[in-house]
Amino acid sequence: MASPLDQFQIKPIVSLGRIGNSEIAFTNSSLFMMLVVLAIGVFFMMATAQRSLVPGRLQSFAEMLYEFVANTLKSAAGKEGMQFFPLVFSLFLFVLTANFMGMIPGSFTVTSHIIVTFALAMVVFLTVIAVGFAKHGTHFLGLFVPGGAPALLVPFLVVIEVISFLSRPISLGMRLFANMLAGHIALKVFAGFVVSLGALGIGGILGATLPLGMIVALTALEFLVAFLQAYVFTILTCVYLNDALHPGH
Amino acid sequence: MASPQKTGTEVPGGSADVGFPPFKTETFASQLLWLAIFFGLLYWMVSKVFAPRLTDVIEGRAARIARDLDDAAAAKAKAEEAGLAYEKSLADAKARAQGIAQAKRDEVNAAVEARRKALEGDLAAKLAAAEAQIGTTKSRAMANVEGIAAEAAAAIVQRLGGASPSKGDLDAALKAALKA
Repeated sequence: MASPLDQFQIKPIVSLGRIGNSEIAFTNSSLFMMLVVLAIGVFFMMATAQRSLVPGRLQSFAEMLYEFVANTLKSAAGKEGMQFFPLVFSLFLFVLTANFMGMIPGSFTVTSHIIVTFALAMVVFLTVIAVGFAKHGTHFLGLFVPGGAPALLVPFLVVIEVISFLSRPISLGMRLFANMLAGHIALKVFAGFVVSLGALGIGGILGATLPLGMIVALTALEFLVAFLQAYVFTILTCVYLNDALHPGH
Repeated sequence: MASPQKTGTEVPGGSADVGFPPFKTETFASQLLWLAIFFGLLYWMVSKVFAPRLTDVIEGRAARIARDLDDAAAAKAKAEEAGLAYEKSLADAKARAQGIAQAKRDEVNAAVEARRKALEGDLAAKLAAAEAQIGTTKSRAMANVEGIAAEAAAAIVQRLGGASPSKGDLDAALKAALKA
């Protein structure tokens, strides 16, 4: 029987060569990244083709997504935050679509690899730093000095703030990665129970209904998690971008 | 976004098929490359095509709604203004009609009054004339009465006394009698 970890295995489809120890290849992960972007592209191409005053179904849905992300961004980072809208919207759509595409049986979940989620988190983190320094210069460092703190405590607080700032991309990437990974492993493990119990004869088949019910419940939960983690990733991105725009506490 | 990822991962197993797939560092370069390509493509599409299109549609609709609301408010104001103008012209017309009616009434009243005055004057003059005529007739009658009374008195005295009274006595007696 296949290991629950097999679904995360990266398999080259077309090898392009090697750099040191790393093989550069178009893999199943690359394929699903492409499918994610393709799905988003096709959907939005169709949804925004008409640009009608009274939207159809597709356009309504596209506008709903737009306003959902725009409202999240505006409430976290204010009106100026809208300059980051393309980035935040791209992140949301990519993570959401990748999460949902991973729910198709037999597919590959792009966001279940830490390097992908961490890279996306680093995009946010580096954007925050670049924009923060570009907009505020050294004032951006005021982010690390909590206002109104006693002078004696300031050095400690600055250390804590710096650590918490540096841990942001790690926690941001880790959260998404761990949620997707754990959910998919749990589904596979319970599915494995169904198969192994079913092989034990009539009693086993009856016993297998229990993990089967679990799979149904977990699948529903995983759909929720798929959306929720995309939303959490987006809202935290907005909160971090707010720091770049308004570093004062 | 390519550099610092390798530091965060310690690899438990090295070979291709054993170990935990997300922690296999040899797959990282490939994943990062394709992520950069496809996420870059997505970002380009969103920032150059989809976001501007959606912004246009949504802001265009908001602007259209605001404009329509403004138009409606302007039309309402105009309608209210027209209503006020109508009421004002109605009130003016009523006032003018009342004015005209009043003027006509006054005119008619004045004419009637004048006619009445003229009639009254006429009647008064006729009355006065009639009274004057009555007066003259009366005084003429009275004069005749005196003559008749004198003649009658003279005849009575002659019949009773046999002698005809003198004219002077008769007049004196007559005057005294008439005075009584």
